[in-house]
Amino acid sequence: MKAQAAGYALGLAALVVLPFLLPDYFLHIAIQVLIWSGIYTAWAFMGRFGLVSIGHGAFMGVGAYTSALLWNYYGLTPWLGIPLGALGAALLALAIGFACFHMRIVGHYFALVTLALGQVVALVIIAARDVTGGSLGMTPRAVGHSWYALQFPERRYFYFLALVLWLIVLAIRYWASHGMRRAAAEAIGEDETAAAAVGINVMREKLRLTVVSAAVTAVGGSIYTQYLNYLNPETVAGVGVSLQIVFAAIAGGMYSALGPSVGALLTLALTEGLRILFGVHFIGAANTIYGLLLILFIIFMPRGIMGLFERRRTARAQPQAAAAD
Amino acid sequence: MLDVSDLTAEYGSFRALFGVSLAVETGEAVGVIGPNGAGKTTLMRVISGMLPARAGALRFEGRSLAGMKAHGIVAAGIAHVPENRRLFPRLTVEENLRMGAFLPEARAHFNERRRWVFDLFPRLEERRDQLAGTLSGGEQQMCAIARALMSKPKLLLLDEPSAGLAPLVVQQVFDLVRRIRGEGFTVLIVEQNVQQVLDLVDRAYLLEVGRIALEGSAGELKRSDLVRRSYMGL
Amino acid sequence: MDIFLLEAVLDGIMLGGLLALLALGLNLIFGVIDVVWICYAELVMVGMYAIYWLHVYYGWPFLLAGLAAILLVAVLGVLLHRVIIEPILGSPPINQLLATGGLLFFLQSFATLLFGTDFRNVGIRLPIIELGQIDLSFSRLLAFIAALLGAAGLYFFLAKTYLGTAIRAISQDREVMGLMGVDERRIYLTTSAIGGGLAGLSSCLLVLQYDVHPFLGLTFGPIVFMICVLGGLGNMIGGVIAAFVMSQIISIGGYYTSVELSDVLAFVLFIVMIVLRPKGILGR
Repeated sequence: MKAQAAGYALGLAALVVLPFLLPDYFLHIAIQVLIWSGIYTAWAFMGRFGLVSIGHGAFMGVGAYTSALLWNYYGLTPWLGIPLGALGAALLALAIGFACFHMRIVGHYFALVTLALGQVVALVIIAARDVTGGSLGMTPRAVGHSWYALQFPERRYFYFLALVLWLIVLAIRYWASHGMRRAAAEAIGEDETAAAAVGINVMREKLRLTVVSAAVTAVGGSIYTQYLNYLNPETVAGVGVSLQIVFAAIAGGMYSALGPSVGALLTLALTEGLRILFGVHFIGAANTIYGLLLILFIIFMPRGIMGLFERRRTARAQPQAAAAD
Repeated sequence: MLDVSDLTAEYGSFRALFGVSLAVETGEAVGVIGPNGAGKTTLMRVISGMLPARAGALRFEGRSLAGMKAHGIVAAGIAHVPENRRLFPRLTVEENLRMGAFLPEARAHFNERRRWVFDLFPRLEERRDQLAGTLSGGEQQMCAIARALMSKPKLLLLDEPSAGLAPLVVQQVFDLVRRIRGEGFTVLIVEQNVQQVLDLVDRAYLLEVGRIALEGSAGELKRSDLVRRSYMGL
Repeated sequence: MDIFLLEAVLDGIMLGGLLALLALGLNLIFGVIDVVWICYAELVMVGMYAIYWLHVYYGWPFLLAGLAAILLVAVLGVLLHRVIIEPILGSPPINQLLATGGLLFFLQSFATLLFGTDFRNVGIRLPIIELGQIDLSFSRLLAFIAALLGAAGLYFFLAKTYLGTAIRAISQDREVMGLMGVDERRIYLTTSAIGGGLAGLSSCLLVLQYDVHPFLGLTFGPIVFMICVLGGLGNMIGGVIAAFVMSQIISIGGYYTSVELSDVLAFVLFIVMIVLRPKGILGR
């Protein structure tokens, strides 16, 4: 235990020092890794218990567009805009979640509903082009360095913002993963009827997971927009984004705490690596590889990269148990 | 006809059969009795190919069945009426029979086989266009047996035919099995209802916790203290 | 009635024929044998690209290119099942959705790599039939007829033939099929070939009316799933009816509002439909 805690402290220290050491380009990558890690981890809140969503772009989109629109049209600070976006996403999740869970829609049918939801949000954004700029996207009004507007030309500020957010997401996961809550969620994931029979309020637990996942994803979407200072329906709400989230979380390992973050490292490394290697000649190369890898992961490594480490740990534990006999 | 030697089978890490050996001669009716969880169904599944054996030999008419897939074993002449009937619920009775006669040889003789099966089970003919899932328990059992008979098997495996049926219906089912037996079929039947099955079969085995605990003629088993005490409540 | 509205209605009927044809293959795979090919529309896209390539680049006569496409996508269907679905057939269907989702990604991006994102047109102009003041597209009429014939054919195939009955049976109890002397793998592969072939047939007719581009699947995919669910999974006739209902919504909705909003309406309907399906039909 002590070794583990020391390891974490060291890792954290390294992360804090990082922005002062990294050249600008890598800092840019690191920020994106942190933001996406938060989003992927939020997705995994649901995914690890069997609630696989392939429409999380909907929540990202709601979060991103809410805060951006409120800023551009009403000058409302993102400090309020982002929570409002999260609230919007939470309400959407509540509605969809309640409808589905009440009617016992689970598994791939639930996934199809989320897919449709993602499409609806993306299409509404495009349809309201007079307000949102449609497929061309929109740019939040830039005001230079401002805490009020949550805009910082200096990357370091965003880095720490992203880092804090990432740590908060991990903290939420920790809180949700211990004690009765986690046991309840696992029970629901395995056998809903049995879980209900033991008195677990299945609906409440599932809704809780869904709403929290949606809200955090929305925040991630907003922060991403703030950082890039640009958003369009494809990059924040499209099917592509939704599938990317699924892929990264699964590839990294959605059952472990740091798995999705590993997934973020993987996907960003892949995108950037391909861009450097092939330039613009091979647009779409990244997705080709994602697609292939997703297939391979589902068939051979459904627990993702972190899953490989899981097995080793249990293998090490067994000889000790035998010795105790 | 059927030779099982030293059969071992498992589900994942759970071992269900430990070196089971039994034999069925042509024309015989053989029973396997034992408590729940003894491995009776597992035994059936290994013979019919639904479950692979871990070790041991399985020979049918001199040929080894090792490694054969279920559909190959059916082609070799073994038909299995599974536990819980396992009819296709949204197919009609007639369509279920069609499935039983999928093998080319059976398909070629479909009409005559169907006629024969309907003569054996007139109630089924009345219900031929009814969805199998809507039949009563006893009718479903009859349909399941009829379905297996469509391939004119050399060996018929019956897995717990009395399960979930009212006593009167159980009697009907066993009378049916007697008739089938009378037509010359070789039958291996796994049963919880010890009384009924020992009245039907020539020989029987007692399977307990994956091992053969007792074997002999039906009469011998009926008289055995072990069987009388544990399974017949005497 | 306003002549343009009438045209929208008729257009909707014609579109319905096309959608019904598209839905046939998916209904067989998703509706009958209960396998999730989320990349079904991408298979159609592959067929369309194949026809485009063979006809425009190599000068093959259209009918020959079409036949080749049907064969190609049928083979693709078989490979899809053998390589991707078979290893995960026993695990929860969500895995099938994710794995074929990966294939969706792959096919889209691969097409982008090969052909770029621009729209490609096969360049065949079929005649327009004029009924009074209304123009009817001949290619849509063809699709309409093909859909009706296909649905009827598939219905009879499933209901009356041995293979069709076996295909229906396998979704009800996969494990027991072996006890019938049926090689379940052969049934799945055959069905996958038929499903793929139907997708290929759809691409023949789609390519006459639409330009092909890598993201075509995003337009048609969700709608086709929706139609299968609406019409009752595995119900061929229901699928045809649902296709016409859906196409009317899209067509008339598009007439009154914008294109995107009519799509939104369609998707909202989808969500409502899935949520309201009686529990009994769920999760066979």
